[in-house]
Amino acid sequence: MLEIKNLLAGIDNKPILKGINLSVNAGEVHAIMGPNGSGKSTLASVLAGREGFDVTGGEVRYKGNDLLDLAPEERAREGVFMAFQYPVEIPGVNSAYFLRSAVNAIRKHRGEEELDAMNFLKAVKAKMKELGLGEEFLKRPVNAGFSGGEKKRNEILQMAMLNPWLAVLDETDSGLDIDALRIVADGVNRLRGPKNAQVVITHYQRLLDYIVPDFVHVLHDGRIIRSGDKSLALELEEKGYDWLVKEAA
Amino acid sequence: MRADTDTIDEFVASDYKYGFVTDIESESLKPGLGEEAVRFISAKKNEPEWLLEWRMKALRHWEKLECPTWPHVKYPPIDFQAISYYSAPKKKGDGPKSLDEVDPKLLETYEKLGVPLHERARLAGVAVDAVFDSESIGTTFKEDLAKAGVVFCSISEAVQEHPELVRKYLGTVVPYTDNFYATLNSAVFSDGSFVYIPKGTRCPMELSTYFRINAANTGQFERTLIVAEEGSHVSYLEGCTAPMRDENQLHAAVVELVALDNADIKYSTVQNWYPGDEEGRGGIYNFVTKRGICRTNAKISWTQVETGSAITWKYPSVILQGDNSVGEFYSVALTNKAQQADTGTKMVHLGKHTRSTIVSKGISAGRGQNSYRGLVQVGKKAANARNYSQCDSLLIGDRCGAHTFPYIEVKNTTANIEHEATTSKIGEDQIFYCNQRGLETQDAVNMIVNGFCKEVFRELPMEFAVEAQKLLDVSLEGSVG
Repeated sequence: MLEIKNLLAGIDNKPILKGINLSVNAGEVHAIMGPNGSGKSTLASVLAGREGFDVTGGEVRYKGNDLLDLAPEERAREGVFMAFQYPVEIPGVNSAYFLRSAVNAIRKHRGEEELDAMNFLKAVKAKMKELGLGEEFLKRPVNAGFSGGEKKRNEILQMAMLNPWLAVLDETDSGLDIDALRIVADGVNRLRGPKNAQVVITHYQRLLDYIVPDFVHVLHDGRIIRSGDKSLALELEEKGYDWLVKEAA
Repeated sequence: MRADTDTIDEFVASDYKYGFVTDIESESLKPGLGEEAVRFISAKKNEPEWLLEWRMKALRHWEKLECPTWPHVKYPPIDFQAISYYSAPKKKGDGPKSLDEVDPKLLETYEKLGVPLHERARLAGVAVDAVFDSESIGTTFKEDLAKAGVVFCSISEAVQEHPELVRKYLGTVVPYTDNFYATLNSAVFSDGSFVYIPKGTRCPMELSTYFRINAANTGQFERTLIVAEEGSHVSYLEGCTAPMRDENQLHAAVVELVALDNADIKYSTVQNWYPGDEEGRGGIYNFVTKRGICRTNAKISWTQVETGSAITWKYPSVILQGDNSVGEFYSVALTNKAQQADTGTKMVHLGKHTRSTIVSKGISAGRGQNSYRGLVQVGKKAANARNYSQCDSLLIGDRCGAHTFPYIEVKNTTANIEHEATTSKIGEDQIFYCNQRGLETQDAVNMIVNGFCKEVFRELPMEFAVEAQKLLDVSLEGSVG
């Protein structure tokens, strides 16, 4: 599904990713962990195509094609979803309208019929029930005035509605209380399937109690310095990152 | 996150699709302003002596006035002697008696603008008066309206057919001494619309005037007068376009609304004059005075969507003279490229229990400069007056500007005045967020802008709300790469 080879990237000529290699197959959940400043969010941004990040080397292939060649909206339509660490507020734009536009942009790209307001509402209300979200959500402007937890849940709702092949969750767990964490994890777990893959970026092991990864990678100074299974996350929880960093050096 | 520069920089190149010129023989007065020009216009229109005198008084007063410099806009001094004050399509013989006799080229022009004048191809239920340069070329649905007792015609025609009404109300809301451009208009106004709604009548359809500037080096000085008798009701809409030209053209209009006891006037504007190019070359100078007066229990509501013009300078206002009268102002002003707008309203509370609402949405993109300027005035006798004002500014990119100049003058302690203001910016991060959900950048910008303007669009008559939204989308086109 996703093949990252020797990826080099940075901001304003400052290198941040210094040779990332990662292979994600359909059906897998990968956790990427690492201390602050290790390049976790940069990796998510480069995968989603955020402006301001320059790729200086390497390649990223998604479903066999060059992902970096696509505009951000094309990546989204091809099924790459990013849950934002800081979801953006869009005042004045109704959440239901926003989400329906997004769903339809993607459906159109896939050659599916666009959902009319009625069918969309039906679908979204069913998802919201699954995720334990109140319907008043839909009437409010996108993320405007939402609490931190509401914003993250809104990300998960969008993910559930857009049904991506590859979901990248950028520190979605940060700032969440335990209930919100469960809802987020539940949303991710529902999406798990033989055809989908998830890359979960997190600073804490905590989230991985709820989303059990198939692989765990430790990112440090722009490189993956250790990969393992879920037991690696537990080891990190116990010992911190320092021993790995020392070993890598 | 980086500043919003790169993609949004390209936000500015949009095409003005109404920029064509109609090749039609026209009759223009040679440039210059003075007694001769005023007499020429008055004679051309076969006006009664009192109107010529009124014009001459205005001219003499104007000659003593200085061009105002207080608006927050910049432009080189205008040479008022280089402008032609009258231009009209050349008439064949006595001029058309009905729309069937109007030059087909003119009808074609309006077709191209999406304003069909043939009644069979009309906008459903909307009567249109079409003003081309200085002349009205035709009004639709006249007979239907006449059955309801409604008068809807060009003001030149009204001067001939209903002189008593024109004489009674002309200049009563905006006197010829009002301000530099209103005074200029009083001296040289050429055409415009006249509406009279009799007592207790609800106008059976939307009325609309479509203004088109075609000729080069001419100014358009139209004058609109709407009189709503006691208990009557009317909704009126004006639209405007002009060809693309390198030089600036002056448009100095005056609109007067009179809402007698219990009357209700809704006045909507979709202004899309040519805005000029990237560099600020060309475009219309839109210097307009609009004001209405409300008697007891009357209501006047202004809604404007201002997307065109190089410079917009207008403050549709309401004088709330009668007790319990209501004034409203809903505005969307967009400045893109090098456009400048200084717009807002004045709500003058004189009667008791008068209420006013101001909702202003300013959008600045490119190098556009957008100012809101508003006055809420509560007089000594205006007990329990209420005003609510909300001015929001939206910035797109980092080379534009938004400014707010609210003035509040209260002389009665029972007044209740609320003012809210916000400024926000469409950020690269908002656009990226939308992109990441599969939306095109342009669609994202349109979505955000339309969301921002929602409260105002809601006030427009249905079919025009859709138009306004489209117009906004077009004005923002090519803005993001």
